[in-house]
Amino acid sequence: MSEDLKTTLNVYRGAAGEEARYEQFEVPHEEGASVLDALVWVRENQDASLAFRYSCVSANACKECMILVDGKVNYACTAKLNTGTVTVEPLAKKKLIRDLVTDIVPPKERLGSPDAE
Amino acid sequence: MMRVSTDVFVVGAGGAGMYAAIAAAREGADVIVADKSLISRGGATIMAQMTVASAVGHEEPDHWTHHLSDTIEAGHGLCNEELSAILCEESVTRIHEMDEWKVGWARVEGRMTQVHAPGHGLKRCVYVDYLNTGPAVARALRGEVAQRPGIRRASGLAVIEIVVQNGEAVGAVAIDVESGETVLVEAGAIVMAAGGLTKLYKRNSASINMGGEAYAMALRAGAELIDMEFVQFFPIGHLAPRMVGMDPIMWDPFRYKVGGRLLNGNFEEFIHNYGASDGGNYTARRDVASYAIYKEVEEGRGSPHGGVWLSFDHIDPEVMKEKFGPMMGRLAKNGIDLQKSAVEVSPIAHYHMGGIRVDSEMKTRIPGLYAAGEAVGGANGATRLSGNAIPEAFVFGERAGKFGAAFAKGRSRAPIDENLATIVLSEPKSQLKKGAAPDGSATALMTELQALMWDNVGLFRTGEKLEQALQRIREMQRDDLRNITIPDDAPFNQALLDWYELRAGLLCAESVTLAAINRPESRGAHQREDIPDASPQFERNQTIELAGDELVTGWAEVPRISYTLEEKQAAVI
Repeated sequence: MSEDLKTTLNVYRGAAGEEARYEQFEVPHEEGASVLDALVWVRENQDASLAFRYSCVSANACKECMILVDGKVNYACTAKLNTGTVTVEPLAKKKLIRDLVTDIVPPKERLGSPDAE
Repeated sequence: MMRVSTDVFVVGAGGAGMYAAIAAAREGADVIVADKSLISRGGATIMAQMTVASAVGHEEPDHWTHHLSDTIEAGHGLCNEELSAILCEESVTRIHEMDEWKVGWARVEGRMTQVHAPGHGLKRCVYVDYLNTGPAVARALRGEVAQRPGIRRASGLAVIEIVVQNGEAVGAVAIDVESGETVLVEAGAIVMAAGGLTKLYKRNSASINMGGEAYAMALRAGAELIDMEFVQFFPIGHLAPRMVGMDPIMWDPFRYKVGGRLLNGNFEEFIHNYGASDGGNYTARRDVASYAIYKEVEEGRGSPHGGVWLSFDHIDPEVMKEKFGPMMGRLAKNGIDLQKSAVEVSPIAHYHMGGIRVDSEMKTRIPGLYAAGEAVGGANGATRLSGNAIPEAFVFGERAGKFGAAFAKGRSRAPIDENLATIVLSEPKSQLKKGAAPDGSATALMTELQALMWDNVGLFRTGEKLEQALQRIREMQRDDLRNITIPDDAPFNQALLDWYELRAGLLCAESVTLAAINRPESRGAHQREDIPDASPQFERNQTIELAGDELVTGWAEVPRISYTLEEKQAAVI
């Protein structure tokens, strides 16, 4: 059916303070797949060190998987995976931690933070 | 290394964990509530779609003892009736308390609306529209937690091990996910509220942090687990077409509200062939429905993707719009028009009846260690009644927090030796390699484990398949787990956390498999194709504990209530 379709995932890599680089992963494309599916596939099959946040199972309930997909803010779990090249980057307005992970933790939920009660 | 100290340390910040934190703070304890994910966002609670069972009696006259009867009946003789009774009785108070905290239970003219869910004798389940129970509960509790000064919140704190000294739980070793820093927690009491293990199955409705870590930590701390062979499979999890932004168990609420028809691959109704009535209503018990679907597929009458059809095309579009509001738009976004086509559904791992063995104060046999929510075993016996999971989180969470706080108050805290944390975290250290190409990944092994559990330790089991699984699980623990190269990336090292999760998952998988082998009968959610009947001699709870590196199982008499339900009702009236 769609077995031969591929997506090239162009992924921002690097931690805070490191020079940004982009790595490309060729990901199989299935009908109806999401960008999150592709990221999970990369972690499982290509590079276990790829960092991104998510918690619920593509239910858009936890809201943790917000990233930039082709330059636009989106949830990885609801963003449909297109064929061709898809670029994923960390949120631009949040402090970068590593790869696609940014600092989205409310300051008061951080142990040892000066803002914590 | 960061050191923190608190009266009560709560592991997991879903419904049970947040309720425990609130209850402990109400007792004057200071509390740290931690989650590997973000507070209130991870875990099972936020995924809950609809039903919350409680005899609040708004829709029709009810009493908690009726709820208890239904719970015990669903449990096929294995309910710890003392825990079940607490669950049913105290859920009423908790539902009203959540109402005060503005959860927003659905109402008509002031009365809470209650629906009739499978296995209940009447309309008993409250909910939040539209299919929004979990997020609403999470939001209400998050708000309550945030405004109590005694509670410190720790998002992104992965707890790895409970520290036990002189036979008592005194703290925990954790990793700050973002920085990679070790965190040593000293605590007067620890509440394990980190959920169940359904992530260990290929098809599951769990959040990613439901891989059994609460059970594994409790085992390693010396606590007992109970009835680990009982994994609940939810009959009509979404199968096809591919859908995003929706929970795979979303079709259940659709059926509560409007019915819907389950059809096999030949578009014929079939549930009635398995001794259950369904016809438009939705009253067939979950285990019967799962079995019927499994058999239809096995006998070549499945839908194209290996499930059955769920059809709503006979229901007036206006009714659908009124009952489901914005859901219809979300379905349309996924290309699903229920008027035009049916969807495919099949069973999915949904809940774990087994869990940590506790007494009525939610206390394990290790002083200082408590459990709450799905992490607790026993209250639901061999099958959980629909709608009992969220009240269980509230009720057991509240009790664990309250009794944990009381225990912590009367106890002095000694500092924990830092070397202990180093020892706890030493295990995969030799497997960490800077910049190395990963050599096998924990996620790939988890995927293999999920397939193995699904095929061999799933809905329908045989002694042979279980033995095969046990052998492979033990091999994975001995070899594969030790041979993974973990990339050594300090901030947000998910691969390292995946390793710990796999280690915990394998121990849980071994527990479930071993317990399933030991129970040569079919009862509730534990169905042995090679031994299809229940046997009175196994109307007992199965315990499991760690002795050194070895899991040891045993049997225990089922705790029964000493009063009759009629006596209780009479006493109230």
